[in-house]
Amino acid sequence: MRLTGAQIVIEALKHEGVEVIFGIPGGAVIDIYDALYDSGIRHILAHHEQGAAHMADGYARATGKVGVCFATSGPGATNLTTGIANAYMDSVPIVAITGQVATHLIGKDAFQEADTTGISAPITKHNYLVRDVNELAKTIKEAFYIARTGRPGPVLIDIPKNVQTATADFDYSSIEINIRGYKPSTTGHIRQIKEAARLINESKRPCILAGGGVISSGASEELFKLATKANIPVATTFMGIGSFPQDHPLSLKSAGMHGNYAANYALMECDLLIAIGCRFSDRTTGKVDTFATKAKKIHIDIDPAEINKNVIVDVPIVGDAKIILKTLIEYVQEKKEEDWLSYIRELKESHPLTYSDGTSIKPQLVIEKIFEVAPDNTIIVTEVGQNQMWSALFYIHTKPRHFISSGGLGTMGFGFPASIGAKIGRPDALVVDIAGDGSFLMNIQELATAVENNIPVKVVVINNRALGMVRQWQELFYKKRYSATILKEVNFAEVAKAFGAKGIRVTEKEALVSALKSAFEYPGPAVVDVVVEQEENVLPMVPPGAPIDQIIGGK
Amino acid sequence: MRHTIAVLVENKSGVLARVSNLFRRRGYNIESITVGKSEREGIARITLEVDGDELVIEQVTKQLNKLIDVIKVSDITHDEMIERELMLIKVSADASTRAEILQIVNIFRANVVDVSPKALVIEITGDRDKLEAFEALLRPFGIKEIACTGKVAMVRHPKEIK
Repeated sequence: MRLTGAQIVIEALKHEGVEVIFGIPGGAVIDIYDALYDSGIRHILAHHEQGAAHMADGYARATGKVGVCFATSGPGATNLTTGIANAYMDSVPIVAITGQVATHLIGKDAFQEADTTGISAPITKHNYLVRDVNELAKTIKEAFYIARTGRPGPVLIDIPKNVQTATADFDYSSIEINIRGYKPSTTGHIRQIKEAARLINESKRPCILAGGGVISSGASEELFKLATKANIPVATTFMGIGSFPQDHPLSLKSAGMHGNYAANYALMECDLLIAIGCRFSDRTTGKVDTFATKAKKIHIDIDPAEINKNVIVDVPIVGDAKIILKTLIEYVQEKKEEDWLSYIRELKESHPLTYSDGTSIKPQLVIEKIFEVAPDNTIIVTEVGQNQMWSALFYIHTKPRHFISSGGLGTMGFGFPASIGAKIGRPDALVVDIAGDGSFLMNIQELATAVENNIPVKVVVINNRALGMVRQWQELFYKKRYSATILKEVNFAEVAKAFGAKGIRVTEKEALVSALKSAFEYPGPAVVDVVVEQEENVLPMVPPGAPIDQIIGGK
Repeated sequence: MRHTIAVLVENKSGVLARVSNLFRRRGYNIESITVGKSEREGIARITLEVDGDELVIEQVTKQLNKLIDVIKVSDITHDEMIERELMLIKVSADASTRAEILQIVNIFRANVVDVSPKALVIEITGDRDKLEAFEALLRPFGIKEIACTGKVAMVRHPKEIK
């Protein structure tokens, strides 16, 4: 079949099973948009390319499928970059397709030309500039393969305008993928797995640290089997939230800078750390040379470069968490270390999460009420900052892919567009973006996207009139010198109404639950603007650069 | 410690930029980098000299391996290997000094590739020590220009990097 480059893009996406594309058209992708017009693939018009990238990201996190976004050359592509970097840091599979100026204009500083592949190289798993239409179909197939296999990540394909209009033969299913520099190993070395099992069987104080890799490999069930078979307490990283049910007695919830007391202590006190699909980020380990020093360490990860990058480990196992855990479970004996488990129980009981309620609305209360009102299959998406940490701490997360948050890059403005993507991928679920006023303002234009496409996402704004996390640091470490962190109050309910969404403002505690209920029941997009206490802090907290058992606040 | 790493890569545009960007971004220190063809069509060979402890070098090789266009990474520092670089030196030389310079050239088995009334251009290949010694001996005569390739290296038979 002879097709234009633009038609090849669309046909290839169909072959990949793509059901939705997020993007914004422009001069350098107009041909692709023309081919898209009557293709049957759904297109969601974002209102800033950053939004489109986050939507693709949110869609991918909620579904496990590859998210796809389009942007034009130059500013379209540069606007995508924050979204791509965000997906890269959190290992989310997306394919970004950008238009480029015609090949004869590349390098001439043409109108809307930017070095998109150069700019995106350090924030993509791989990228391509397609100079020959005959290479296009193969490139797209490779891009999807690379994005979703191994350690997932974003792949960008830059397609010059004249490549979109040139023609080539198209036979997608006959294209074979053989990338000599890319052969991810998945099964794990059996000798290493047996050694890990031996250490687990011998350990007296084992502790699991589950990361985002457990979720992306779909290994939650195997994690649960391993933990319950040998009665191993499970802490998660921030990205691992949802990989293990937080209401289970073995759950320590999340660890790290704003982790739970028991999780941090268990990591520091264990004699064997079983780290699965995590990369020992500084937010998880605190001062890294003090981290889990009493423990032998097993590290299961699909990316060999993560082994010994931040923390030196004793037993590395490179491969897919799900496959490795399946094998590992067979070699692990049933056991129950009573002393350790009672120590853990005591830790949990003596250090519950707390906050002092008052007459004003406390942010933590808002999260608790969302949890009470929201049905079981609710997907919580967050912005970045205090709203994010309260959502992590005060909501009880029990399922993978139901907590979506920008972990590595910490991108304010991520949550709302990501929630639109998540809702499109999971129309059956209630999707709630828990936002801060500062973050929401960074991609608030996507309210137009939600309204235009009638995507019934819900935003609950924890409106504290501040860039709260920075304000908290200034309060604790900069003598309350609130430099550029106090914001003018915005009435987000009125903003929502102006866009055509439902808007509810809550200033009294008593009105909170009914406002949440009516927003959640409303058939379209809705914003609940909750005016909360300004100077509330996220606690517990480990000061930056300190060991994770030096905890401020909490009991 | 200085390590010599041989890297086989897809011979595509942008690959060298990916490799050098990786070093810049992760803060690794490249002492020298050379690129050229390999024995196989479509595959280029990069020779890197990198300074770092074992952990840094472990990361360097792993991060290089992560690049899709990188096919194979071999740290050949501890292998028995042949390493060479090529240097062109333009040195001041008139009638009074030319003979003495030519003597040094002969001792080092270097070649004079251009002669003019006031200068010689000399080509020399060898390992770094030899080149440095040669350069030091010529310095008193007045070195006008140096161009150097950086190191290429190969492990002695029978080991092959493929």
